[in-house]
Amino acid sequence: MASYVPSTKAERQTMLESLGLVSTAELYHDVPPAARVETLDLPEGKSELEVVDAITALAGKNQVFHSVFRGAGAYKHYIPAVVKAITSREEFVTAYTPYQAEISQGVLQSIFEYQTQICELTGMDVSNASVYDGATAAAEAVFMCQDRRRTGVLAAATANPQVLDVMRTYCESRGVPFTLLPAKDYAVDPDALAEQLKSGPACLFLQNPNYYGVLEDVQPAVDAAHAAGAKVILSVNPISLGLLKTPGEYGADIAVGEGQPLGLPMSFGGPYLGFMACKQPLMRKLPGRIVGQTTDSRGNRCFVLTLQAREQHIRREKASSNICSNEALCAMTASVYLAAMGPGGLRQAAESSASHAHYLAGQLSELGFGLKTSKPFFHEFLTDCPVNPELLCRKLEAKGILPGLPLESGILWCCTELNRKPQIDGLTAAIEEVLQDEAAV
Amino acid sequence: MKLLFERSRPGRGMEYLPACNTPPAEFAPGQLRNAPPRLPELSEVDLDRHYTELGKQTHGVNDGFYPLGSCTMKYNPRVNEALAALPGFSELHPLQPAETVQGALEVLYRTEKLLCEITGMTGMTMQPAAGAHGEYTGLLLIRRYHQSRGDMARTKIIVPDSAHGTNPASAAMAGFTVVSVPSNAQGGVDLDALREAVGPDTAGLMLTNPNTLGLFDPNILEITRIVHEAGGLCYYDGANLNAVMGHARPGNMGFDCVHVNLHKTFSTPHGGGGPGSGPVGCKAFLEQFLPEPRVRCVDGEYRFFTPKHSLGRVRSFYGNFAVVVRALAYILSLGRGGIPEAAENAVLNANYLMNRLAGHYDMACGHSSCMHEFVIDLSRLKAETGVTAMDVAKRLLDFGIHPPTMYFPLIVHEALMVEPTETESPETLDKAAELFLQIWQEAHDDPELLHTAPHTTPIGRPDEVAAARKPVVRYSFES
Repeated sequence: MASYVPSTKAERQTMLESLGLVSTAELYHDVPPAARVETLDLPEGKSELEVVDAITALAGKNQVFHSVFRGAGAYKHYIPAVVKAITSREEFVTAYTPYQAEISQGVLQSIFEYQTQICELTGMDVSNASVYDGATAAAEAVFMCQDRRRTGVLAAATANPQVLDVMRTYCESRGVPFTLLPAKDYAVDPDALAEQLKSGPACLFLQNPNYYGVLEDVQPAVDAAHAAGAKVILSVNPISLGLLKTPGEYGADIAVGEGQPLGLPMSFGGPYLGFMACKQPLMRKLPGRIVGQTTDSRGNRCFVLTLQAREQHIRREKASSNICSNEALCAMTASVYLAAMGPGGLRQAAESSASHAHYLAGQLSELGFGLKTSKPFFHEFLTDCPVNPELLCRKLEAKGILPGLPLESGILWCCTELNRKPQIDGLTAAIEEVLQDEAAV
Repeated sequence: MKLLFERSRPGRGMEYLPACNTPPAEFAPGQLRNAPPRLPELSEVDLDRHYTELGKQTHGVNDGFYPLGSCTMKYNPRVNEALAALPGFSELHPLQPAETVQGALEVLYRTEKLLCEITGMTGMTMQPAAGAHGEYTGLLLIRRYHQSRGDMARTKIIVPDSAHGTNPASAAMAGFTVVSVPSNAQGGVDLDALREAVGPDTAGLMLTNPNTLGLFDPNILEITRIVHEAGGLCYYDGANLNAVMGHARPGNMGFDCVHVNLHKTFSTPHGGGGPGSGPVGCKAFLEQFLPEPRVRCVDGEYRFFTPKHSLGRVRSFYGNFAVVVRALAYILSLGRGGIPEAAENAVLNANYLMNRLAGHYDMACGHSSCMHEFVIDLSRLKAETGVTAMDVAKRLLDFGIHPPTMYFPLIVHEALMVEPTETESPETLDKAAELFLQIWQEAHDDPELLHTAPHTTPIGRPDEVAAARKPVVRYSFES
């Protein structure tokens, strides 16, 4: 058993005596008997070696796929070794929120650098220090768009369904009308958009590339929303921005997204980070921590948490959000990743991901997996499946390949720079085997 | 020191990726960005040294005593980092079929059971990513409960004036109106004010116990009874669970739902402001409303399921899974004996340090004992010497101590909230006590030394007013 308590039994006794006490039980004199618990029904404590064995055994019950063609909200990208090495430094790992700027310049400067990189990536003016994930970023962005006259959000049904679920939860509790904007051919239906904008929503929420990998016709949607007096929240894949037009260039008011692809392992869904950036006029509505530059008493440039009048510890129930802890170490990871990759490396990751996906789409179509839509896509795409998709996926999993996600009686495929040609050819060969087996049955 | 962008030189950089050997994908020009993002171009050595320098300007738990009240800055065991990084966890796609992630589901399931036992709850969700996120989720449970009974009049959440700022902020996000109740002379909930505040519009009460003054409210059973009799539910803010785990349980105190901070009580590191994890537990009658998905075990097989009247999702996937792995390792390490042992040593350390300081410093509400933390009231020192809580905090920086939480709780004017945690030795506490007493003396002999502190840190006091008045929140490439 390791409780990590340094003081010995004798030392504890001396400390108790200094307080005029005999036993630690006396420290709990204010706890009424009915609130107490005598002994917890927990296992006996274990040595470190036993714990390592127990947890390693649990990890061993999971199947790790080296060939992954599944995205749908979590993406396996190459993470340079330097990223993990830097972000494993004890100071970065264990520090608390940087309330004391004089001994927290490392964390504060890294967040300032992260904010700058997110602004560069998205084409926005201001970024916060991160929120929990892409879904909560989307939900928080809706609240930024509220004013006295307009409250509702019009959310594209082509966005990630889990993101839409979280937005729905957040909107319901605050009484914000949430309307789904229907899709047509796996993209936003422009006629439905024109119609729904007439109800005067506060904002339009759009994902690009969308859940099906499709590149939405963003510009007309942004223009239509603005013409109707609504703000635009654009959710984006950060890797795609190495190549694709930015939310800023489209004229969006707020950019959000899931930051996991920027150097974070998939880790069965978390920790991830939600990035949020906006145009200048919305700055004071951003939730969460923001780091700003200032000077210290000695005249040096330094960094502090700023614009805190938005936050819960100052404003309490009038705060722009309740968020306190965010995902600072994940934001630092994203920042180190972006700095390591540089503009060229990021572009290469984006181009390779797209190239591999388009190559796979071509190979699959020869095997009878037709694209569900002819619209352009980035690194994900939805196909038909000549056999039962669930069955095909199970058979591929048995061969050590995690295929795309069964969806809409087809499969949603994803490629990144990791799915190089030999791996793709391995996948298509495995699919051919399955199809032949099925034909033989 | 220089920013990443100021170290950048055009053309520098590493090749981390191979050339692509499939044909390029074609995009319409209108779909492409006009110019590349101005990310820094650095050699790997430049990059690595940059962060080594930033690391030196960051105070971690291993840099010294970190008595930051309410934050439970205990030592973060190294083994938990290694276990969370096992490829069998870190390389799992969250949408893998359940048969291929049985170990991960077992992590979620077992941690839920262990935390339920510690808190006295019956069901729990790991989805909330932080304490405040947990508060929000717990309040949504309360909201759903009243809605399910058709009781739409319950729109108010009662929050003591000593509460964390997240409590009222979470209540507002969950669509409630906040009713603040005052504290009594001892810093506990004023029972008469509570009786006055409850009624047919009461949805619930949010309470931290021990509270933010480090006091275990001796009236806790009466408090939860008053709220229940008025038809409301009781929410336990688990920020201070470290004081009582293994000794008292929120469930036994009469609470209906709780959140715990894995990054406080269960030793997962705080990362400079996250990732945290704020699992929410509840009693059986609320389980049907928990977020989806939950994990259950049928005949030794783990499966996800959606509770019957689930409030929906509060985050994608299953929360900060890798943080949960660390917490599980920690609970297994401590076990039945170690959990209460950690708590009682946290309380012992706090009382020991408080006692060492009590001859000079005033304790808030005149307390002579505390739970895991205590609040120093520096009003008298300020009146006598002009030295403020801020000055004392900044002077502590000169001695390598992370200052206590300043100016909180709000009901104490010149507050310093001290939480030593159980992972500090008597020598560390003795040394800290000596420094506090030295600073007391300095305040009387040379107050200017404190007004101008810190003197030995990488930077002096920052101009926060200027930062907020003319916000510079990103690097400008044009300047």
